[in-house]
Amino acid sequence: MGRNGHSPEADIGSPADLADLLDKHEYLADEGLATACFLAMRMRRPLFLEGEAGVGKTELAKTVATALDTPLIRLQCYEGIDAAQALYDWDFPRQLLHLRAAEAAGIDDVGAIEAQLYDRRFLIARPLLQAIERTSERGAPSVLLVDEVDRADDEFEAFLLEVLSDFTISIPELGTIRAEVPPLVVLTSNRTREVHDALKRRCLYHWLEHPSFDREVAIIRRRMPEASGVLASQVARAAQALRGQDLLKPPGIAESLDWAQALVALGARELDPDTAARTLGAVLKYREDTQRVLDAGLAALLGDGGEQPSVRTG
Amino acid sequence: MPAMARDATETVVGFARTLRAAGVDAGPDRVQAMIEALHDLDVLNPRDVYWAGRLTTCSGPDDLDRYDRCFAAYFSGRKPGPPKRAAQVVVYRQVAMPAPRDGGEEESGPERDKTLAAASETEVLRVRDVTRLSVAERAEVNRLIALLDADGALRRSLRYTPARRGALDRERTVRAMLRRGGETSRLYHRAHRYRPRRVVMLVDVSGSMSPYADALLRFAHVLVRRRGRNAEVFSVGTRLTRLTRELRQRDVDTAMAAVSSTIPDWSGGTRLGDELKEFGDQWGQRGMARGAVLVIASDGWERGDVAQLGAQMARLSRLAHRVVWVNPHKAQPGYEPLTAGMRAALPFVDDFVEGHSLGALEELARLIGREHTGGRRA
Repeated sequence: MGRNGHSPEADIGSPADLADLLDKHEYLADEGLATACFLAMRMRRPLFLEGEAGVGKTELAKTVATALDTPLIRLQCYEGIDAAQALYDWDFPRQLLHLRAAEAAGIDDVGAIEAQLYDRRFLIARPLLQAIERTSERGAPSVLLVDEVDRADDEFEAFLLEVLSDFTISIPELGTIRAEVPPLVVLTSNRTREVHDALKRRCLYHWLEHPSFDREVAIIRRRMPEASGVLASQVARAAQALRGQDLLKPPGIAESLDWAQALVALGARELDPDTAARTLGAVLKYREDTQRVLDAGLAALLGDGGEQPSVRTG
Repeated sequence: MPAMARDATETVVGFARTLRAAGVDAGPDRVQAMIEALHDLDVLNPRDVYWAGRLTTCSGPDDLDRYDRCFAAYFSGRKPGPPKRAAQVVVYRQVAMPAPRDGGEEESGPERDKTLAAASETEVLRVRDVTRLSVAERAEVNRLIALLDADGALRRSLRYTPARRGALDRERTVRAMLRRGGETSRLYHRAHRYRPRRVVMLVDVSGSMSPYADALLRFAHVLVRRRGRNAEVFSVGTRLTRLTRELRQRDVDTAMAAVSSTIPDWSGGTRLGDELKEFGDQWGQRGMARGAVLVIASDGWERGDVAQLGAQMARLSRLAHRVVWVNPHKAQPGYEPLTAGMRAALPFVDDFVEGHSLGALEELARLIGREHTGGRRA
């Protein structure tokens, strides 16, 4: 995919160019998201993405990596994650084996053995170190996805801030490792808690909204070519209507896609109350929500097949 | 510097000032970032300017609305009007010294007696309803509230810490072996660490609760100050308002003043069910209420739909570790939870307490700090 050493990044002169490139890779970014991403690349600042679950935050990072033809390195955050899981770790069992082997071979130069023990080959690079060391074949920066940073605890946030501020990592036994090209960093958060201001201040902040009706239809058609046009717009209309209702978990675009996929798998050409009832589990994830929608009537949700969508598309 | 660039910089700096006045935290580093962003975009294209500013100066969904208003006002040349002043919470300034029993007492009296008098006074103050205090007594109670101990309430973290017994700490053991040339000298152990559990407090600021709101918000300030990022405070009434940021200020009077200018619906009505729903949708279910101690300070006067209140309490009690309901009216003799709202909420409440006096607030602090082991009351 190297296109004769020509870097796709060089072609991107404006947010619109980037949107076109992402479009080629089946990701429809709106003006705001394209600008955010473009500035993150130009200003070499991390991009902090927030929004409801399932609006395509993680997907964006994946698509950018594919579009720029560069490795994607993902760091999934969780409570209790620490430097050994995010940065690097020594491979103790292998070090121990090496030590035994050296003893068996009768080497007793302590200094030499110790130097060998803390060699680069015994170092396990975790995602942050990988992102700093790796570039694409052409030397373009890798994409580092720090997913659901709100799940990590505040100690880890402080540590992340330190790494993201200068992209150097110092390992006492080895020395300092510096990124030749700093990676393009995308942080995502579902806002389960407020991330520290200091971290946000280093980043470009973008809030992702649910897509408009037209965009949602386009996304479903693009991602799910098997789905008929009628089906795609029916699913999008129903999803938009569901978002307007008082649900515990309103469906995101990810759920609309799941729903469309479920319908396609059942061979449905159109969304009617019967098929909707059978596939509702793909889009609603709470018993209370399902009950509420069923009580209100599926026919009402799907509308009476009129042409005009009766939902806001803003 | 070329004239164009200077103009752009001046414009951005002026815009940032407007943003700051509206409450968006657009500090110098963010202004710098916006100017930098405009370098890479078309400075003459309003959409580019909009996004450059929004991406660099905003830091949360709450900021976006303010940003949009400022942007429209500033770049259309209008001056934004002064921010709406809401009714103020009555803030009583605190004094440092305990109030003497009698202001007219002679100066010659021994210092010891004064201290003793103050001590017994404290005992009286502990049990007295905060609404029945003189100004001086209230100042003393406020001072004592500020000294409450709101620590405790721990939960097991996923992180490990070295321990004398517990699971084998493989990494430390192997590292020690490496140091000793591969000899197993001793085994190291590790155990889960304990961290403060999150406490979320919702304070009802409607008319019927207003005499107690000052004391309860001061209590909330203690929580935020002592527990740091593990405490969150909201006011409920007709609108849900997050107060944690305002309460982070160390000085209690500054914090209370900030809170009073933030609460938009002071002494209004109560739509408790809808507020709890909003809290659940916006914050609770995402994670804030998960595994937390949820403290709701309200008298349960519900003007809205009681069924909604019951449903939301059921939902929050499933998310939270423990639900504590504080109702200052409970302390009145012969109180029965007769209001429909209170009756709907009680089945989902683990602890139902008063919080009307200093002593009751001390009890509340102890309750929050205690690790609860028993089952939920039916």
